[in-house]
Amino acid sequence: MLEIENLVTEFATRDGIARAVNDVSFELKPKEILGVVGESGSGKSVLGYSMIGLVDPPGRVVSGSVRFEGRELIGLPEEEMRALRGKRIAMIFQDPMMTLNPVLSIETQMVETVFAHESFDRAKARKICLENLELVGIASPERRLKQYPHEFSGGMRQRVAIAIALLHRPALIIADEPTTALDVTVQGQILYEMQRLVRETGAALVWITHDLSVVAGFADSVAVMYAGRIVENGRTEDVLHSPRHPYTRSLLDSVPANNIGQVRLRQIPGMTPSLARLPAGCSFRERCGHADAQCSSMPEMKTSVRCHHPLC
Amino acid sequence: MTVYVLRRLAQTLLVLFVTSGLVFGGLYLVGDPVEILVNPQADQEERARTAAALGLDKPVLEQYGLFLKGMFAGDLGKSFVFGRPALEVILERMPATLELAFLAMLMSVGLGIPLGLYAGLYPDRKTSKAIMAGSILGFSLPTFWVGLLLIMVFAVQLGWLPSTGRGPTENVFGFSISIFSVEGLRYAFLPSLNLALFKLSLIIRLTRAQVREQALLDYIRFARAKGLPRSRVIGVHLLKNILIPLVTVIGLELGSVIAFAIVTESIFAWPGMGKLVIDSIFQLDRPVVVAYLLVVVFMFIMINLVVDVLYSALDPRVRIAEAK
Repeated sequence: MLEIENLVTEFATRDGIARAVNDVSFELKPKEILGVVGESGSGKSVLGYSMIGLVDPPGRVVSGSVRFEGRELIGLPEEEMRALRGKRIAMIFQDPMMTLNPVLSIETQMVETVFAHESFDRAKARKICLENLELVGIASPERRLKQYPHEFSGGMRQRVAIAIALLHRPALIIADEPTTALDVTVQGQILYEMQRLVRETGAALVWITHDLSVVAGFADSVAVMYAGRIVENGRTEDVLHSPRHPYTRSLLDSVPANNIGQVRLRQIPGMTPSLARLPAGCSFRERCGHADAQCSSMPEMKTSVRCHHPLC
Repeated sequence: MTVYVLRRLAQTLLVLFVTSGLVFGGLYLVGDPVEILVNPQADQEERARTAAALGLDKPVLEQYGLFLKGMFAGDLGKSFVFGRPALEVILERMPATLELAFLAMLMSVGLGIPLGLYAGLYPDRKTSKAIMAGSILGFSLPTFWVGLLLIMVFAVQLGWLPSTGRGPTENVFGFSISIFSVEGLRYAFLPSLNLALFKLSLIIRLTRAQVREQALLDYIRFARAKGLPRSRVIGVHLLKNILIPLVTVIGLELGSVIAFAIVTESIFAWPGMGKLVIDSIFQLDRPVVVAYLLVVVFMFIMINLVVDVLYSALDPRVRIAEAK
């Protein structure tokens, strides 16, 4: 249903060209859940924007292809892309405090989304909105529909955003860290709801996160991104239980839950490299304990890992 | 809401009271109007008669007390110079100033918001850079000089528009208004353009800055991700958010356009309140100056009240804060 091949998205910055998405390829089947994991600045959000045509200048998709339901999305005229957005591909964002427009009522923001793609009458559009609010677990939707975003808690706002994303029963939902800004308990609820909703509506889901433990629970497969590239991908249990890329290994080691008691947390030495000034060869080379002379050439992506010396 | 408006009106009375005291005292210190009003050859007796006729022979506090008494009855005293009620003299001139202010605000808002939006949405285009450069000029060139230039180009060299004075007026609900006729608009165009230039630049720059800031926020991206047409993302989602700070500035500027149209009115010989008050200050015509300031203060407060009410219409968060 979704095939991404050699996608490259660049940003012109003061320091030079930054490749936020660098030669990314993956496939997604209907109803599949893919977790995209990476640190801040690894290009995972830009990957999401590239898929839905929301990369703003100074950024642009330079090359590669995004095929969705048999159509090539890269280079699609803006009007056709708009017709897809919110209809077949929906996106939800990180901070629910920021994604809903503070000065428009929930009703306005939901109904306009219906009208963007369908010419129903207002009563029918409202009915669809109410059904979707109910679907995401919002009590007394009739009253809530008339309210404004500031009258909702963070978790409730994210539910509203999810309800908006589901309005047209999209085939693909891109979720850009939608639980990061929420309390852990609320996070759990939203994760649970999301899992239920994609199952019920039959949508495929790309879940972008920096939190491996989020992915562990419910993604079918995982792609680990580092400095704009996918360095490892595969089925969730394979990647999490027997990581093959040293970066994935270090990422797993730095999750606090794995170190109970007074054990010092493992950190990845150094910092994420600037995307405009990547080291030659493997981008992780300078922070990797296994690096040798061979690593100064860029490793190919082979059998789901991009490394000269895969673990295991 | 009603309680809020009533409380604001009560505050208004207090502000008017304080203003009147300050202006009254200030003008008393400046000099004795009798010196200006009477014939220099007049003898002591005639001076005393004039002072008594104007009520200037009483101690200043008593004069102020009498003035306050009159104020609450709606009487702001008689002009020393015109011998007519001060308020009447001012209200007579007010329509001329108000129509100038109205046209100027219409120009600056009607042009400023679209131009600012354009410059904010397409910051790299040449047109946008030209708009911003123009706004710097509008911002920094002195009003009187621009006014003279406008007269030189459009009235003297091209001869398209009249340079001074006000066009024919017609009676609308008891006010004499000139801008409902083409001829009247021809007269009003240059002065209001002159008056608008600074506000226009201000609104362009403010709108652009707001657009640049808000367009990066997530709610815009989310609106686009919903598949909304660009016209709706900009015309509803973006515009409604940038209007909140704009309304404050527009309100303040409307007040200042009314109160400080003096320079423009002088250059274009526009018979408005600004011209009147300058003359009155020179002639120490205290009732007119005091009445003028009270009228202006009152208008400022009213405009601010309207802005606050508009605020709550624009921003639902303000509505809630009030109810609590």
